[in-house]
Amino acid sequence: MNNKIDTAVTRFLTNRARIGPFELAFWIAAFATIYLLPGRHLILTEIAIWGLFALSLDLILGFAGIISLGHAAFFGVGAYAAGLLAKHEVIVEPSIALVFAGLVAAALGFATSFLVLRGSDLTRLMVTLGVALVCFELANKFADVTGGADGLQGVSDHLAPVFGVFRFDLFGHNAYIYTLAWLFVMFVLARRIVNSPFGLSLKAIKGNALRSSAIGIAVNWRLIAIYTLSAGYAGIAGGLLAQTQAFASLSMLSIDRSADVLLILIIGGPGYLYGGLVGALVYRLLQDFLSSFSSRYWQFWIGFVLIMMVLFGRVYGGIIAAVIIGATIWFDLSPTWSFLVLGLSLLVLGLAREILVKWIALAEQQVSTWLSRVWTQSKSTIRARLDHGAGA
Amino acid sequence: MLTILFDGVAYGMLLFVLACGLSVTLGLMNFVNLAHGAFAMAGGYITVVLVNRAGLPFVAGLVLAFFATAAIGALLERILYVHVYAKSHLDQVLFTIGLVFMSVAAIDYVMGSSQQFVQIPAALQGQFDVFGVGVGRYRLLIIVVCGLLTVALQFVLMATRFGSRLRAAVDDQRVARGLGINVGAVFAITFAVGSGLAGLGGALGAEILGLDPIFPLKYMIYFLIVVTVGGTSSITGPFVASILLGIGDVAGKYYFPSLGAFVIYTIMIVVLIWRPQGLFARGATR
Repeated sequence: MNNKIDTAVTRFLTNRARIGPFELAFWIAAFATIYLLPGRHLILTEIAIWGLFALSLDLILGFAGIISLGHAAFFGVGAYAAGLLAKHEVIVEPSIALVFAGLVAAALGFATSFLVLRGSDLTRLMVTLGVALVCFELANKFADVTGGADGLQGVSDHLAPVFGVFRFDLFGHNAYIYTLAWLFVMFVLARRIVNSPFGLSLKAIKGNALRSSAIGIAVNWRLIAIYTLSAGYAGIAGGLLAQTQAFASLSMLSIDRSADVLLILIIGGPGYLYGGLVGALVYRLLQDFLSSFSSRYWQFWIGFVLIMMVLFGRVYGGIIAAVIIGATIWFDLSPTWSFLVLGLSLLVLGLAREILVKWIALAEQQVSTWLSRVWTQSKSTIRARLDHGAGA
Repeated sequence: MLTILFDGVAYGMLLFVLACGLSVTLGLMNFVNLAHGAFAMAGGYITVVLVNRAGLPFVAGLVLAFFATAAIGALLERILYVHVYAKSHLDQVLFTIGLVFMSVAAIDYVMGSSQQFVQIPAALQGQFDVFGVGVGRYRLLIIVVCGLLTVALQFVLMATRFGSRLRAAVDDQRVARGLGINVGAVFAITFAVGSGLAGLGGALGAEILGLDPIFPLKYMIYFLIVVTVGGTSSITGPFVASILLGIGDVAGKYYFPSLGAFVIYTIMIVVLIWRPQGLFARGATR
């Protein structure tokens, strides 16, 4: 009897963890960029780092349901740790230094995880924000260690080549390969973790903490574990940035960065691990593309996209926002006009939300019935043809 | 020493006027409004435009800032915020951060990113001595105005029909609905008044807090501290919390300038660990 359940559970877990064709294609494409897009390695490195950072947030937000507004604390601490280790020639081998950066951030995560356990979403929001602000203030005050507002200089002077062979070159080729390799390893690890029984128990906690404790899940310890792990991931992402850019600055600890990583994850979608990577790709490419028009709009546009995504759901909201923003670019509106158009469309869409949502649901239903009809029809015609062929 | 206390009280009063709207909306709808600072910023900029460019008297600027921000708040509440009350906290956070980003970018575009100052009439500038204590005229004005507002708010909340409806709705929304109280309308009015007060606070505080496009992000944490430390069940809690915060911040910056804002954040974290429901909460009702 027990054996039967065991095999059923094992089969369930293995099925969950099966590698799909899309996943394979994603990683083949990612590694193909090493050869196919040699001129884009600098931005790709940045995307990979953002992706790893967003992945770390996904671990707590998407799988354990902890909203954090201060995740940059761990990113920045990892960055400063990696930078200081290299600057003072403590550990010159980048990959080992990075492991230490991750451990330092994870230690901070462990220490602050006890704060996150208490209270409601709002308290968590506040505490994570507070921890990030304290880290920011500390880095700002201890300027003789961190370089203060000028940032940490002289990281590259003592940074040894990776494995003693691959030096970070000016075009960022080796840096990209190094970053991508880290991203891949960390991703595979995260994938294993969330598909394990431990990962499943986290999803249970996210669903209902009280009931999960009733079926024997140690809620607090699981949350502490995943928070610590997530902090370590963020620290490694920060360390990667410090190493590849040979620089660490206060902006890596700032609230803007915490908000940005939340946006990236939301754009990609939390809860399936690829969200952070996809979000980072979309966000960074959009930023690159749109900033060429005007960097002034960027925040306005991002705010607009966010509001739309909340009002109309992630997919339709994104489409609506893209259409409206695309239209302002297409008609080449002056800044004043495009601000006005976006602001007004916000109000109009807010007023018409109920109707629009109804329409969207209706359209969705019609498309799905149409698709299923086409599907059954084509199946029956194929079957009829087969029968006919067999008869003849 | 007493001057610091005085400045701290003025600062705390200002924070209270800025944040009290947030505490009521949070308690009433359990809605996390990170965009509250944007209303304060709007009030500040409206006063700057009216007083500096249109040449209106300072007091008229303040009054108009209140009504204009209240109108903006009512409009946004009816059109946009209503859709978000029933959504998850994550959605509320994203929505209000989106609003903050839009307001920051818009103000940056229209008014420029440099810091703005409101022209204060000469009668309100300078200091005078009371028994050897330096008292800034402008800070005295802030204390008087905010003190009157606090008394008025307390009166409305405790002694009027609207106040009792509001308290009933905060205590238990469903039962209040069942008793025939139009919670949506009560909330809309409260939201508008809260936004208006934030706008007034922003206008009054432009001199002390500084007014630039990143104002909503910079002071978000202060508002949230007031609300979380003070609790959302009354306005006395946030009031005491903001006075303490004001004195603590001014004294901390004066006596330990090297630590800066660090003191405040540490106090907040300690309080939240010690009493997650807030210092003055009556205990968890929900």
